[in-house]
Amino acid sequence: MGYINKQRNILDFTLSSLGRRKGKNLALVAVYTFVIFLLASVLFFTHSIKKEASLILQDAPEMTVQRLVAGRQDLIPKRYIDSIRKIRGVQSVAPRLWGYYYDALSGTNFTLMANKDLKDRVGEIIIGSGVSWRSGTGKGKKAIRKNDIIPFKTYDGSALPLKVKGILSFSSELVTTDLILVSETDFRKIFAIPHDHATDLVLQVRNSKELATIAAKITQRHPDTRPILREEILRTYDAVFDWRGGMIIVVLSGAVFAFIILAWDKATGLSGEEKREIGILKAIGWETSDILLMKFWEGAAVSLSAFFMGTFLAYLHIFLSSSILFEPVLKGWSVIYPHFRLTPYIDAYQIATLFFLTVIPYTVATIVPSWRSATVDPDSVMRM
Amino acid sequence: MIHLQDIRKVFNAGKPNEFVAIKGVNLTIDSHGATALKGPSGSGKTTLLSMLGCMARPTSGRITLKDREITSLPERFLTEIRRETFGFMFQQFNLIKGITALENVMIPAYPKGEKHVSLKKRAMDLLGLLNLADKALSKVEWLSGGEAQRVAIARALINNPPIIIADEPTAHLDTRLSMELIQIMRRFKKDGKTLLIASHDPIVYQSDVIDRIVDMRDGKVVSSGDVP
Amino acid sequence: MFERKSDIFFIYLTVGVSLICLIFLDAAVSQRLDREAVRERREIVRVLTLTDLCLFTEARYTRHPTMADLNTPFQDHPVSLEHFPSGAIMAVPPHLKTQMQR
Repeated sequence: MGYINKQRNILDFTLSSLGRRKGKNLALVAVYTFVIFLLASVLFFTHSIKKEASLILQDAPEMTVQRLVAGRQDLIPKRYIDSIRKIRGVQSVAPRLWGYYYDALSGTNFTLMANKDLKDRVGEIIIGSGVSWRSGTGKGKKAIRKNDIIPFKTYDGSALPLKVKGILSFSSELVTTDLILVSETDFRKIFAIPHDHATDLVLQVRNSKELATIAAKITQRHPDTRPILREEILRTYDAVFDWRGGMIIVVLSGAVFAFIILAWDKATGLSGEEKREIGILKAIGWETSDILLMKFWEGAAVSLSAFFMGTFLAYLHIFLSSSILFEPVLKGWSVIYPHFRLTPYIDAYQIATLFFLTVIPYTVATIVPSWRSATVDPDSVMRM
Repeated sequence: MIHLQDIRKVFNAGKPNEFVAIKGVNLTIDSHGATALKGPSGSGKTTLLSMLGCMARPTSGRITLKDREITSLPERFLTEIRRETFGFMFQQFNLIKGITALENVMIPAYPKGEKHVSLKKRAMDLLGLLNLADKALSKVEWLSGGEAQRVAIARALINNPPIIIADEPTAHLDTRLSMELIQIMRRFKKDGKTLLIASHDPIVYQSDVIDRIVDMRDGKVVSSGDVP
Repeated sequence: MFERKSDIFFIYLTVGVSLICLIFLDAAVSQRLDREAVRERREIVRVLTLTDLCLFTEARYTRHPTMADLNTPFQDHPVSLEHFPSGAIMAVPPHLKTQMQR
């Protein structure tokens, strides 16, 4: 009981003491909260995107085969299909036709993809929801609806009007927003792609353990190809949203360092007044450890406040306001972007890391400089 | 009660500005009674007082408190002894600014882990005794000199120490307030406390509260004797 | 009852811890609610044989980072930094930086 009472007594004094410089301490908490808010926002965002990607791309093609010509991806001849199909373990090989289409009317790049369900429905398209609100023409920018016509321009400049027969669901926006699904016939008509070529090939294998062997055989038979495994796709998304790698860390570390300097200055530059107080406390019967305990509570009070508020606000920011502050970066130069609401995936380990990276150093930075003052001889007050 | 044996205190030993503050003092202070350390400034009163109060260690010599040798004790024990045995009143009051009078009085007892309710009651009682009950929740910088002095006294008494040490307690008080302080001292004495006061103010050392005067000069005890 | 500053502080701490717990709770509930939507997205990925998330449509290699040409990093200068704003959030796909293993 005595121990708890002591902690509470000393905490009482610490809080009274902090209350004296209310403005300064509140400003400090505010800045610290903001830094933690930014850090936590980045953590939440990247972790959720990563998690989402790892969930929904699990059903991406097991293997995609591209052909490279002079270092660039090029159309792949359909005759590769037969030779790849003959490799033991390959279950099926299918050509994909996809590419980018620039729509001069709306100034937007769309992803055009041939779809086998539309094979016999020449002249019809299915569009992603981003396309529907973006490609509406005219000043009013009315969203495109079912049975509207979108005029396409083919490779030779002639017009090809295609009728919207469906809009992909809003909830699939994260993967489909800029997508336009067309029939193979229309796709070849727009881009003048010869019938014996495809954009790339996707294949399924009987046993996923053999993927690497099959990929090796493909590159052996066709040295100009590049197989991309699903595992690599998943790994790419894992690496691409590693927040430590992004530029964001450069920007953030600027903020963090500025804060460290501020905190260091505040914590280390014990004022004459504070030193005098420590002397008084020692003289009237406080031990060195009591002084350090007081300083511990001081650092803990400031940094815990900032941690709780910063983390909570970051959660609201990312998952309830759809990362409104990151919007300029997320949209970037894009003309079309998904309006997705991220599913909140949070990682207790990350929150713990954030805790240890923010609360602990600040608390230590508060205690350490007072160490020296706390060991002054108590009689120094008598000589003042 | 407190016995000093051949005490020397040297500041900045070995440096060019070496300074010997106390040059071999032998002194015994009995319990129950008021002792005044008298002498001009620089005579070593404050230094001697801080060693008596376990705040500083002598450079050489031995101090015994209730037959316990304390010069060689580690800091932790020294702090504990200081907290249990001595109540301090400083020349500058040394109250902690920005917090209330009540909290100032309670601070010395905080590390003891006493229950808040009883500690607060004790502090309020002390403030009441010194006619400060209505100022308990005022910040100390709003108090007058006399009130601040009394808060400092209450703080010195919170741990109920047997010995009160005061360093120039009247230095910042006018005559009326100094007289008031003497009255309070008288009450302490009646309660059986031992008083140790360093002062060069005649109001203090010539008052009838003082039982014994130790006259100091240049770090030495010139004369010491009971007040007739 | 709560006249002591330390009491108020402990209440404050409890509120803080509760907020963090609330985050986890909300996340768990949202994940459950979104389960169907995630399944639907996964199904679309499978049916349409998609390979990438449609996050950044700024450039070919941000729209389809996994399909990006191996020469993508050399379009400007071998050591040039990604100049699209999305580069602030998205790092370079690893297959563009490391020699292919096979």
